[in-house]
Amino acid sequence: MKPSAFSISKPLITTLVLQAAVIGIIFYAAHGLLVNTQANLEARNIASGFGFLSLESGMPISNSLFPYSAADSYGYAFLIGVINTLYVAFIGIVMATILGIFIGVARVSGNWLISKLAEIYVEILRNIPLLLLLFFTYSIALAALPIPKKSLAPFQGFFFNNRGIYLPRPIPESGFSMVCIGFILGIAAAFFIQWYGARLHRNTGRIIPCFSLGLVAMVAFPSIAWWVTNGPLSWEFAVLKGFNFKGGLVIRPEFSALMTGLILYTAAFIGENVRSGIQSVNIGQINSSKALGLTPGLTMRKVILPQALRVIIPATTNDYTSLVKNSSLAVAIGYPDMVSIGGTIIGQNDQAIEIIAMWMAVYMTINLIISLIMNWLNARVQLIGR
Amino acid sequence: MSSDTCSDTHGGLLIFKPSPDLPPPLVAVGIIAWLKKNLFSSKINSLLTIAGVLFLWKTIPPLASWAIIDATWTLSPNPDTINPGTTEKTGACWAFIFVKFRVLMFGLYPEQFLWRPILAFAIFVLVCAITIFRILQTRLLIVLWFLLPFPLFFLINGGMGLETVEQSLWGGLMLSIGLAAIGIIMSIPLGILLALGRRSKMVVVKSLCIGMIESIRGVPLITILFMASVMLPIFLPQGMDINNLLRVQIGIIFFSSAYIAEVVRGGLQAIPQGQIEAASSMGLKSWMVTYLVVLPQALRHVIPSLIGRCVALFKDTSLVIIVGLLDFLGMIKASAQDPEWLGYDAEAYIFCALIYWIICFSMSQYGKSIERRNQW
Repeated sequence: MKPSAFSISKPLITTLVLQAAVIGIIFYAAHGLLVNTQANLEARNIASGFGFLSLESGMPISNSLFPYSAADSYGYAFLIGVINTLYVAFIGIVMATILGIFIGVARVSGNWLISKLAEIYVEILRNIPLLLLLFFTYSIALAALPIPKKSLAPFQGFFFNNRGIYLPRPIPESGFSMVCIGFILGIAAAFFIQWYGARLHRNTGRIIPCFSLGLVAMVAFPSIAWWVTNGPLSWEFAVLKGFNFKGGLVIRPEFSALMTGLILYTAAFIGENVRSGIQSVNIGQINSSKALGLTPGLTMRKVILPQALRVIIPATTNDYTSLVKNSSLAVAIGYPDMVSIGGTIIGQNDQAIEIIAMWMAVYMTINLIISLIMNWLNARVQLIGR
Repeated sequence: MSSDTCSDTHGGLLIFKPSPDLPPPLVAVGIIAWLKKNLFSSKINSLLTIAGVLFLWKTIPPLASWAIIDATWTLSPNPDTINPGTTEKTGACWAFIFVKFRVLMFGLYPEQFLWRPILAFAIFVLVCAITIFRILQTRLLIVLWFLLPFPLFFLINGGMGLETVEQSLWGGLMLSIGLAAIGIIMSIPLGILLALGRRSKMVVVKSLCIGMIESIRGVPLITILFMASVMLPIFLPQGMDINNLLRVQIGIIFFSSAYIAEVVRGGLQAIPQGQIEAASSMGLKSWMVTYLVVLPQALRHVIPSLIGRCVALFKDTSLVIIVGLLDFLGMIKASAQDPEWLGYDAEAYIFCALIYWIICFSMSQYGKSIERRNQW
């Protein structure tokens, strides 16, 4: 069927003409759009270009991880939004994964009650809109918690009220860097123990309790540093002044509502992935690992998990990217993520095209990075054909 | 078995007589066995069961008494004595939902024309029933669904003899279902075209389709809605003005078609190459191969996932609240913030969750039933 090099076959001409036509249409449409856009922008007196990013924003941001004031530029305000989005996405992914694993394992549990409870959880959460869940958690965070004067104080220095959750803020003193270094050393030692244990097992067959030893190292190194430097950490407690609390570490209700909603919602989806992953492992595999005398923990780690992950990872990648995209719903409850701040900027100077382009660029970059990491993980757990 | 077998001992022939089976021990059958096997099989399981029962014990009775036993179902006949919001309430006040019911369902649609959306809804339910009980052939069913929006739009919008109702008055569950239904109906053909384009051998078409699918899938729906609502007017020629509802609907259609394209692509990839080769060797043109051989099989494969997309899109239409449309969730929120009825957020949100849940759960169950029927 290969056309020879010198005769141009009829189908080839057709495709060439078609493609040329498509290109023509695209250029025509793009040109039309450009003309319209310019005319519209001029008529509405809207500036174009990214020059506005260096102008003073004049907008307040309630939740910011870094120092920010209304005198800072639009560009910095948007950056704060991007950081907030990343922060929400990161915590959301970690917590939703942990909760999702619990839900998924509970769904395949032999305990009838637990598996039914997990099933009810999944079926409820998957069939309502996330935005409704967010409204619900936000109204709980605002309405169900008391006013600052009547804060719930379950522990010394912890306060729950409708302005947020107040925690003691740790203040590092001189010598705290020693503790950090100790912590890093501990992690390095744990990795070394893991590596050494694996080598020992390979070469001699002896098994040392790598996990417990690693844990001991991770605790011991920073503890020694702590003891040597006399506990270089003090706590700043929140105190009630007037109508509100001052000081301490504050978790705003918008943030807690957004996180709770996102985590509960995504965990239901991840739980389903985990369930289908575990159920995809052939029961014969589990029976034979039992017959070989593997403990339940080892069966889980060495037999079920590696096979289940092949099913779990691709589906969960999708859920991670949708979590990142869903974090944009923050705008509905007033948490200043990228979309929320961008929306405010559009409201102030009408430069919608630039802001939307920036949104798209950031979301696509985040999702690309997640996909790359997850594809790398996926490649590692895939069956290696021999 | 061997212990029961009798053998020849003193020359006389002993005949094997099986004694009747003993009943199984009490702990091995019936409810006790079930409990032991499913709830108390090990120490950890027993602990978990007790924790689960405790959890239910702590949550279900208060919830039930709030939602049912202590709840207020009717408005007090004398509104002066019991003002909503001022009385100490112990249970839910469902009367709030009854009062707001019309707004929640139809938005601000004028009361004298209310029969029109109700009739439209009845027709919609009828068509759903026809689909579920498979009264019509598949081809007729597809035609029916594609024709459906026209009479319904005519009924709700008016025109041609009926008085026109302004689109800014539309709202409530009517708007949610409408946006989702038209979004799905329009985006399926668009999604199929995108999926076919993505598998096309023409480089320009292919890259165009990939670019479109991936750029839509890469961003949240909110940005698409912002784009439709804020940017679309800038792109259009001056003087050409389309209203916000239609702009949002266009945004939803584009968003949904990118996801449907990926679903359809999965179905297309499941068709073995032999089918295509066989069809072309019969002398079919390439568009006929696609239309008569590949697509029917591919679509049958992906119907369950398509229904999954319907569920997702129906949930996603709740986001239109952010660009200023008052759909079902929007009306729920507006009602909860009505100054005359403050403090009924929980009732409003639970009612909203219930309605969404019923619709989405029935759709996904329908999808599962199709999946079961497709397996043979």
